[in-house]
Amino acid sequence: MSAMDGLVEAQIPRLRRYARALTGDAVRADDLVQDTLERAWGRRHLWRAGTDLRAWLFTVMHNVFLNQRRSARPASDFVELDDSLPLPARPDGVDGQLELRDVATALAQLPAEYREVLLLVALEELRYEDVAKVLAIPVGTVMSRLSRARERLRAMTQGQPVPTLRRVK
Amino acid sequence: MSEEQVAVSEAELHAYVDGTLDPRRHAAIEAWLRATPQDQERVAAYRAQSEALRALFDPVLDEPVPARLQAATRRSRGPSWPGQLAAVAASLIVGITVGWILRGPTATPVVARADVTLPQRAALAHAVYTPEVLHPVEVGADQEAHLVKWLSKRLDQPLKAPDLSGLGFRLVGGRLLPGGEKPAGQFMYENTVGRRLTLYVSTDLDGNRETAFRFAQERGTSVFYWIDGPLGYALVADMDRGPLLQVAERVYGQLNP
Repeated sequence: MSAMDGLVEAQIPRLRRYARALTGDAVRADDLVQDTLERAWGRRHLWRAGTDLRAWLFTVMHNVFLNQRRSARPASDFVELDDSLPLPARPDGVDGQLELRDVATALAQLPAEYREVLLLVALEELRYEDVAKVLAIPVGTVMSRLSRARERLRAMTQGQPVPTLRRVK
Repeated sequence: MSEEQVAVSEAELHAYVDGTLDPRRHAAIEAWLRATPQDQERVAAYRAQSEALRALFDPVLDEPVPARLQAATRRSRGPSWPGQLAAVAASLIVGITVGWILRGPTATPVVARADVTLPQRAALAHAVYTPEVLHPVEVGADQEAHLVKWLSKRLDQPLKAPDLSGLGFRLVGGRLLPGGEKPAGQFMYENTVGRRLTLYVSTDLDGNRETAFRFAQERGTSVFYWIDGPLGYALVADMDRGPLLQVAERVYGQLNP
């Protein structure tokens, strides 16, 4: 195994975490990761040395995800949460006001483009500029999607009326 | 949106939540939040969301990687990833390795590699923690005595945090890290322009007993490491060999007065 293979392999757990959150389904998530790894392999010459490998892999995954949504579920922005998704017990440290299950359900109901931004920021802790690069959208769009995703999630988990959302380009 | 909100932008509120806000704006934001309960509530709610997302999905990191995914990185034998990438990614792989090591003995086999050497572990720890804005260290320099005592106890060796203020670097703090088999410690320093260097201390010497300063470099990150009795030290920074050697000599001099 070359060093580079090892590097990519080392990213798999984080790719799986993101894919799991994005799709809400363990099997579909691993399919997405596998497709991503294969696509990345085919395009490895496009990765610029010295840049963030993880961000690049997220970019590849975003494109694979987009393609899959276009081909498989053209009419829907939503990916349903698989009911069999095992939800871990809530750790003591988490704010008791937020039921994890509610968050998972609400997350799955976010439009996919909001969910991607929220997860890349809040779960993967990418900088806003990097999220913009991964998703190939302006930083301003990242910010507006982030704002709406968080507000919508808050409304859904706190039982408030969900504000009407304008579609962001 | 009311006219007062001109002072604090929506983007700044999110940056505040995500810990990426320019520190010079902290006071302004916090004053704003005190005066604006609805925004304070939003900030609290957004932070709780982030915590909930991590609680929900971080466990995936600890799951064994399915064989089909491991195979997907090796599918095409033959031409490998460009060799130049390997060097670049050293800090990345180290970062990931440390991340996994931190996850304990159930971590995936990739991490538990026994052949990760002292400078590699140090470079990984450096790559992981120096970019941290909010939590670069576990124990801050304001509790330096406690930090040193604690790490000394955990490493079972008397440690010292060298004073590098003469070179413009102040102690930020330190943390306990998993080493190869035994715990390791990391002291972090920062100068006035925010450049950080770390001193990694370990009792896992990989059988290495050589006492000379040794130098390693991985694209941009330099490491000087040496063995001093039961302890191995590795000084890591994103600086050239010359300036780092100066720091290394200062550290060595302080540890061996």
